[in-house]
Amino acid sequence: MNRILILFAHPRFEKSRVNRALLEQVGTMPEVTLHDLYEEYPDFNIHVKREQEILSMHDIIVWQHPFYMYGAPALLKQWTDLVLEYGWAHGEGGEFLKDKLVFNCLTTGGSRAVYAADGACRFSLGEFLLPFQQSACLCRMIYLPPFAVQGTYLLTQDDLAHHAEDYRNLLNLLVKGEFDMDDMRCFPLLNDWLHRKREARQL
Amino acid sequence: MNHSFLQDALIYLAAAIVFVPIAKRLGMGSVLGYLIGGIMVGPFGLGFVGGEGKEIMHFAEFGVVMMLFLIGLELEPVHFWRLRHQILGTGSLQMILTTLIFLAVFLAVGLKWQAALAMGLALSMSSTAIVLQTLREKGLAQTESGKSSFSVLLFQDISVIPILALLPLLSLHVVEAPAGATAAFFETLPGWAQTLALLFDVALIVLGGRFLLVPFLRFIARVHLREMFTASALFIVMATAYIVSLVGLSPALGTFLAGVVLANSEYRHELESDIEPFKGILLGLFFISVGAAINFNLMIDRPLLIVALVAGVVLLKALVLFVTGRFIRLSFDQNLLFSLGLSQVGEFAFVLFAFIYQLRILSGEWTDMMMGVTALSMTLTPILLLVNERLIAPRFGTRRVEEKEADAVNVRHPVIIAGFGDFGSVVGRFLKANGIECTVLDNDSDRVDLLRKMGFKVFYGDATRLDILKAAGAEEAGILVAAIGSPDLNSDLIAKARKYFPHLTIMGRAEGRLEAYDLIDRDIRNIYRESLDTSVRLGIDVLVKLGFRRYSATRAGQNFIRYDEEALWKLAPHRHDEDTYIYNAREQIHLQEQLLTADRDVNPAVNDHAWDSELSTDEFREAEAKDDTRA
Repeated sequence: MNRILILFAHPRFEKSRVNRALLEQVGTMPEVTLHDLYEEYPDFNIHVKREQEILSMHDIIVWQHPFYMYGAPALLKQWTDLVLEYGWAHGEGGEFLKDKLVFNCLTTGGSRAVYAADGACRFSLGEFLLPFQQSACLCRMIYLPPFAVQGTYLLTQDDLAHHAEDYRNLLNLLVKGEFDMDDMRCFPLLNDWLHRKREARQL
Repeated sequence: MNHSFLQDALIYLAAAIVFVPIAKRLGMGSVLGYLIGGIMVGPFGLGFVGGEGKEIMHFAEFGVVMMLFLIGLELEPVHFWRLRHQILGTGSLQMILTTLIFLAVFLAVGLKWQAALAMGLALSMSSTAIVLQTLREKGLAQTESGKSSFSVLLFQDISVIPILALLPLLSLHVVEAPAGATAAFFETLPGWAQTLALLFDVALIVLGGRFLLVPFLRFIARVHLREMFTASALFIVMATAYIVSLVGLSPALGTFLAGVVLANSEYRHELESDIEPFKGILLGLFFISVGAAINFNLMIDRPLLIVALVAGVVLLKALVLFVTGRFIRLSFDQNLLFSLGLSQVGEFAFVLFAFIYQLRILSGEWTDMMMGVTALSMTLTPILLLVNERLIAPRFGTRRVEEKEADAVNVRHPVIIAGFGDFGSVVGRFLKANGIECTVLDNDSDRVDLLRKMGFKVFYGDATRLDILKAAGAEEAGILVAAIGSPDLNSDLIAKARKYFPHLTIMGRAEGRLEAYDLIDRDIRNIYRESLDTSVRLGIDVLVKLGFRRYSATRAGQNFIRYDEEALWKLAPHRHDEDTYIYNAREQIHLQEQLLTADRDVNPAVNDHAWDSELSTDEFREAEAKDDTRA
């Protein structure tokens, strides 16, 4: 049994359709801790000790957030700056996060097609997330590809339900440990990995 | 020590200990407690003390002397000057009108004009002790009626001095010396010469105080012995009393003047706190002896006359006060409180009547009767205020609930704010700005009127009363913001709300740490200390002015609030155990000091090394060196 910590950062959660749908599915899972950062630290004054204690109690970390201006909301950046500190997360004696799994779960307004070299955004999601990947690497964590819900403006109610279901399945597999890390890392998005797994089962 | 002295002291103290707490419980105030105690032990009660009551009264009059010294000390000239219009205007209007009316009434009854005037002056006094205490208990001290009452009382207290000085002029006889003073050449002088001598004495005290007492106190203060200061304070009071009585003046007048002279000195607060306990206990003794001396035979013989006198006196006083209130434009509700609250005859009347009797201006029979009337009128005050609160004001004054609300669909608001002073009003305005309607409970009728005009839903009344809480919708609301200014009332409200409306989330205002502990004891989780956030904000700005970066200062402030709140909860269970509390408090202060020092450091290495690259610099340097050698 793996325990999952969702570090959720959304400054306007009350207006977010997609993130609400995602969290409705997984927020109540017993192995999942939902940690709503904007609710906990409205003053941006993150309680570093407490955050580190919470991290220690989990095996898999999810940075869940909307994608604003090609990055995470400011509080999540604040969180990484403060909590992943030298001597605890990295550097000398900084081994407390070693071998934990971590990935981003994000929502983007633009569709998957625009996040490509020839698209409007000119870079892939993976490229935009490089700072997260390297931070994880610095802390000797295992960074997985992101889980992304894209083109959020055009999602129908059915699409939404489908993505939420995917997310739930993903976390379920992670909790049970039914995954192969190297296999996962072959895909640009965890959504693709799930897709492939489903197809394989159906065949 | 003499046996009968011990016995008397025992009886008096026991009377105080038994009856004062009972009286306070019943909402009557301590003055009445002492009086009732005196009546009970006196010759008309259990008869523990008899004829010597009058002697003890002389002894205890020293309490009055001390009280006047303290009133003098309170008269900080700057403060007085700021309130001069209110005090002089309101105070003199009330006093002159009341005195004139009683003068006319007693002249009509057939008394000599001197006696009638003296009685008028004495009856115009109201009870500072009763009124101030009642105002404070009901949380009304800051309302318009509270402030006006204070002005009137202050004026009366001050005017006791000239009245005491002028009463001998009304005397038709050559009198024996008052209140234990030695007979002096003073009494043999004619009236005008006495007044002249008095003025000379006043000048003597003022100059002596300024040029002798202040340097003397400075010398004593340098010795750094607390009891020496107490001894000096007592010495000053007694010496002044003695000196002025040598020339045959009233000791009260002398000490009052000494107090005024010292009000300007830097030792004012020390003197106050040193004399206060002596005054309290001697004044208590004085009231007990007054109670014991009340002649009940008179009342039993002529009950109707006494009842008529009490009713007439209270009614006339209240009427004059009401007119005065109209004159200074108090609203109807506030005026009712003002005029009924001050309608009793005060404790100074006992002093004045005793003096008037000594001067033979009034017969013993009348004096006894008036003392009884005074005491009875004091017992009437709490009852009158209760009647006003429950029956008169709700019917004729500011409505408890706005009328048009009654037939409108009864919208229940989720939030009730009790107390709409500086604290509660900010909460209410903030919530309203964010579209949350609140029900407001307040007991200042002027404020209630204003708020209603501004569109707030306001209930007028004492928020600690169950029926009012219920009317305000406490049963349906979700959150109660307990923001009453008086910590006692607020605590009372919270206790009641927890007991009778357990579903309410209570958000409590606490004045400081101690009040916060009190709320923790009452099992309140949401506690907001008045001073904490604001003081820290001020502190942050100080840091910024001293050159700190604003964000670092802000973080330091936020951390400080966090540690302080944690410390509050950690210490709360220990505070009943004094020793561990002190130990823990010291530990917490040590912790805070550590944290603060760390945050203040430019390189906060211990607790806050956010964004601090210095720690990892060495490692990077090593790594780079390795890369260089490899290249």
